[in-house]
Amino acid sequence: MTKKQTAFVIERADTVATALEALEPGEVQLLGDSPVPSITAVTEVPKGHKIALRDIPAEENIIKYAIPIGRATADIPAGSWVHLHVMRSNYDERSSHLDVRTGAPKDTKYE
Amino acid sequence: MNDIMKRTWLGYARKNGKKGIRNRLLVIYTVKCAEHVARQIVERSGSDDVELVGFDGCTDNQYAVNQIISLIRHPNVGAVLAVGLGCEYMQPEWLAKIAVEEEKPADWFFIQNEGGTQKAIDRGLKWIGRTLEELKHTTRVEMGFSDLVIGAECGGSDYTSGLAGNVVVGRFFDRLVDAGGSAVFEEIVEAIGLDWFLTSRAADEKARAELQHTYDKALDYCRHARQYSISPGNFAGGLSTIEEKSMGAVVKSGTRPIQGVIKVSCPPPHPGLWLLDSTPDPYFMDFGITNPSDNEGLMDLTSIGAHIVFLVTGRGNVVGNAVAPCIKITGNADTYARMIDDMDFNAGTTLDGSMSLAESADALAAMAADVASGTPSKSEALGHKEFHILYKYQHKEVLPCES
Repeated sequence: MTKKQTAFVIERADTVATALEALEPGEVQLLGDSPVPSITAVTEVPKGHKIALRDIPAEENIIKYAIPIGRATADIPAGSWVHLHVMRSNYDERSSHLDVRTGAPKDTKYE
Repeated sequence: MNDIMKRTWLGYARKNGKKGIRNRLLVIYTVKCAEHVARQIVERSGSDDVELVGFDGCTDNQYAVNQIISLIRHPNVGAVLAVGLGCEYMQPEWLAKIAVEEEKPADWFFIQNEGGTQKAIDRGLKWIGRTLEELKHTTRVEMGFSDLVIGAECGGSDYTSGLAGNVVVGRFFDRLVDAGGSAVFEEIVEAIGLDWFLTSRAADEKARAELQHTYDKALDYCRHARQYSISPGNFAGGLSTIEEKSMGAVVKSGTRPIQGVIKVSCPPPHPGLWLLDSTPDPYFMDFGITNPSDNEGLMDLTSIGAHIVFLVTGRGNVVGNAVAPCIKITGNADTYARMIDDMDFNAGTTLDGSMSLAESADALAAMAADVASGTPSKSEALGHKEFHILYKYQHKEVLPCES
């Protein structure tokens, strides 16, 4: 891995960081308020999406901005992509039914 | 307080004691049928200070009338021409009367009484020519940040909005409040899951009750509509939940105590940080629509007397705003470079490390002072003067009246 890749940590207590460019498996430099200088990505993470900073067990809250932004629906390994496929809102039912890549609704019929 | 926040400039003195940063002549149409005449008057006036607003419906609506009146009383407005067709509910004569009470030159007419399109346009242009001369003599008065009201909302958000754009606005809002000015943020439907956070920042018990009530109303609204303020584009861009988007939005309020909640068309009673509630109140026609467009949101902020409105836009919206100049802020350096003619401010410098948050907030303060001093924002220079006034049901009281 020669390409420099970065992610941004908003608060020290956060369990996820935001990818500042598309990440590939390998070392990721952490900017912002991170307790550690880097983490190893174990999956691809699209630009603007979240990467887990540590193992997050199912049902645990996901922390960003030092507040819960939803909860894990599966065990999330450190360094992997965190999005609709492994987490859900504590409020919004509908967003759990959207396409994980495009965000397109899958609960509206086009017929 | 740093030197930038001590800057002063010359504003326009208004009878109600407020000071404006522009001296606009507002042409108002009171029904869609009068729009063409009003628009022709604005376009043929040849002056950038002549601006158009209006209401399309023939049946009037208290919310819309309040909003039109708030623009007449707005400190950036120096004169008013109300143009009616002659059979609609909204009364141009009464609008002109309010302007006169504010000691602003005003006139009104019905197109039907003037004898049709051409004669009405001629009459309007004649009055505007005279009035623009008169406006050159408006008393100028020194003003600074303590006299300013600035409103902020986001639109066309992406992952940078909550990381950079809104963060820089929040830091600047702290400075504006510390300088004695007024900062107003909106979009309570983008504070889902954060009632504890907002109420923990309430300045007093009344503010706490107002914030909780407004939050509960917004959550009811979202549950009722089975829709939260988050879109496929937001998810595709990396936001996973409304809670995540909400914190990225609320961060633009900075860290100072929240003085309370204000409704659309109601100016803040005193300086400080305020939440603007633009969610419709429950009504027999159901809730109606909250913010159908960014322009409607910007109009809501203008209606409470904001001199300048901030639009934080990661993806890059191009709009401007009538009455209150719009400063467009993006946290996305690529958007800034790609849409350089439209974007006023690049907050993305805080993400690549080329600027600290404090330096970026200083730069935004300097830009706000420049625009307040008369420098056109980019949307102003491009002629973006959008407005969006719609039917909505909302009363002026924040908490339900005890009966």
